[in-house]
Amino acid sequence: MEDAKRRELQILACKIRMGIIEGVYNAKSGHPGGSLSIAELLAYLYGCELRVDPKDPKNPGRDRFILSKGHAAPALYAALALKGYFPLDEIKYLRKPGKMLQGHPDMKGTPGVDMSTGSLGQGISAACGMALSAKLSNESYRVYTILGDGELEEGQVWEAAMFAGFKKLDNLCAVVDHNGLQIDGAIEQVMSPQPIDKKFTAFNWHVIKINGNSLDEIEKAFAEAKNTHGKPTAIIAQTVKGKGVSYMENQVGWHGTAPNAEQYAKAVEELNRELAVLEA
Amino acid sequence: MAETIKKATRDGYADGLLALYEIRGDMVVLDADLAAATKTGVFKKAHPEQFVDCGIAESNMMGVAAGLAATGKLVFASSFAMFTAGRAFEQIRNSIGYPHLSVKIGATHGGISVGEDGATHQCNEDIALMRTIPGMTIINPADAVEAKKAVVAAAEIDGPVYMRFGRLAVPVIFGEDYQFVPGKAVNMREGKDVAIIATGLLVNEALTAADILKREGIHARVINMHTIKPLDKEAVVQAAKECGVVVTAEEHSIIGGLGAAVCEVLAEESPCRVLRVGVQDTFGMSGSAVELLSRFGLDAASVAEKARQAVKLK
Repeated sequence: MEDAKRRELQILACKIRMGIIEGVYNAKSGHPGGSLSIAELLAYLYGCELRVDPKDPKNPGRDRFILSKGHAAPALYAALALKGYFPLDEIKYLRKPGKMLQGHPDMKGTPGVDMSTGSLGQGISAACGMALSAKLSNESYRVYTILGDGELEEGQVWEAAMFAGFKKLDNLCAVVDHNGLQIDGAIEQVMSPQPIDKKFTAFNWHVIKINGNSLDEIEKAFAEAKNTHGKPTAIIAQTVKGKGVSYMENQVGWHGTAPNAEQYAKAVEELNRELAVLEA
Repeated sequence: MAETIKKATRDGYADGLLALYEIRGDMVVLDADLAAATKTGVFKKAHPEQFVDCGIAESNMMGVAAGLAATGKLVFASSFAMFTAGRAFEQIRNSIGYPHLSVKIGATHGGISVGEDGATHQCNEDIALMRTIPGMTIINPADAVEAKKAVVAAAEIDGPVYMRFGRLAVPVIFGEDYQFVPGKAVNMREGKDVAIIATGLLVNEALTAADILKREGIHARVINMHTIKPLDKEAVVQAAKECGVVVTAEEHSIIGGLGAAVCEVLAEESPCRVLRVGVQDTFGMSGSAVELLSRFGLDAASVAEKARQAVKLK
C-alpha cells in the first residue's frame, strides 16, 4: 500500500474512533471496546473496498455491508457519517429517543445500514441471503459482514457457515473481529470457539488470518477474497479490543461501558494527538 | 347432495405458489428439508431454479429469507409451524419483523391435527407468538381454495406475512371464484342467536355446528376469520352487538390466538360474554387427527355444545 493511501486510511480510522468515543460518551452507554477494534476494517471497507454511493444508498447493484456484531454500531455510524450518508453531528444523539441512530443498527431508519442487526448470529445469515440473491439474479455485487469472535458461540453462525460453504457463495466475505474478549471475560475462558480457522475450513470456506488493525494486511486479504472462486472467504482478523484509547486496550470491562467526563477527555486528547501526528 | 371434496390447506399453499409464479415469475421459495411435507416440493419440481433448500436449519433460513428480501426479492420461507414461529421466533422478530421485510412465511402442520407425530410437532402457540410482532400479518385459511388465494394475496401485502396451513385434508368449502380479501372477515352463515367466529379448519366444523343448532331452533352466525392480524374488529363488534354472545373456535391454544384477539377487542369496544373453543392450555398427544380433534374438543359437536352454553348466558 502506498504511504499516502495508508496515511489517508489511518486518518479515517482515527476519525472513526473519535466518532465512537463521541457517540458512546454522549449516550452514556454503548460498546466502545468492540467498536474501536474494527476501526481499520471499517476505514478500509468504506474508504476503498465497498462499491457504494452515499448519494444513492439504495442502489440495487451496490455492495452490501452487514455488521453482524451489531453492538459495534458506533463504529459503523462514524464510518457512514464520514462517508457522507448523514451529518457527523448525528453521532451526538446516539441512543436518544426519536433520533436516527439506534443502539443497534436499524436499516429502516439509518441511511447506509443494509441490515438491522444486534441479536448475535443473525447478520451472517442475512449476508448469506444477500449473497445468494446476487447469485440467483446474476448480479456482481459482493457482500461483506463482520462478526465478533464471541458471536461465533451462537449456533446460527455455523448454520450460516454450512449454508455459504455448501452454496459456494464466493461473493461473500465474513470478517471475524478476533479481539479475544467477550462480556464475561476472555473467549478462551468463557466458551472457546477455537480453532476458528479450522472450523471455517471444515465448512468449506477459504480462510485468511491477518492482523486486523493493519491496513496493509486488510487490503491484501480483501484482494485475496475477491480472487477466491467457488468458496466464501473468512478473514480471521486478530485485533486489539479498545484499540486507540490506551486505558481501554485489551480491557474486558470496556466491552459495554461508557467513559465518564475525565476518561472522555483523556480519550479525546489521545486521539487528537494521534490525528495531529497523522496529519502533520 | 354433492360429494365433499377434501384437500389439505398445505396443498393449497402449493397451488398458490404455482399460481403466483404464473403471475410474477420472480419469487424465491425456501424450505428446510420438509419440501415433501410442506408441499413446496411441488413448486420445486416446476421451478427448481427458484427453489432453495436450506437444510435442517430454520434459524438460518429465516435470516437468508431476510437477506433475500432486503435485496428486493419476494420470499416464501417454509417449514412446520413449530419450526418457523416456534424455533425461529426470534429470527422472525429481529431479522424480518423489525426491518418489516417482505418475507412470507408458509407454516404448515399448524395445530393438533398434525396427528400421530404428537406434542413436539403440534404447534398450538404459533398464532400467539406471531401476533406479538408489530407489523406481522397472520392468515389462517379455512380450506385449500382460501389457502391458494391467500398465497397470491400475500405477495401484495406490505411486509411480513405468517400463513398457517394444516396437514389434514379438510372439506373444500369455497369455489374457485371466491374473492379473498385480507383482513376482511367472511360471513358464512347469518344468524342472531349466537355468533361463532372461527378460523382454519374450525370454520367447517362451525358450519356443521350451525346445521346441528338450526335443527334445535338456534340460529348461529358463522364468521370465517381468516385473517387474525390485523383483525376485522368491525365484524367482531357487529357480531357481538347483533348476536349478544360470541363463541370463538380455533385449532390453537385458547391463550393468545383468535379467542384472545376477539376478547381483547370486545372487552374494549363492546363487552359481551365470549366462550372459547380451542386447545385448553395443554400439550397435544399422538393419535389420528380426527380422533384428536374430537378428544380436544375441536369438532362440530364441541362447537355446537359451546354455542348452546353461550345462548343460555344471554
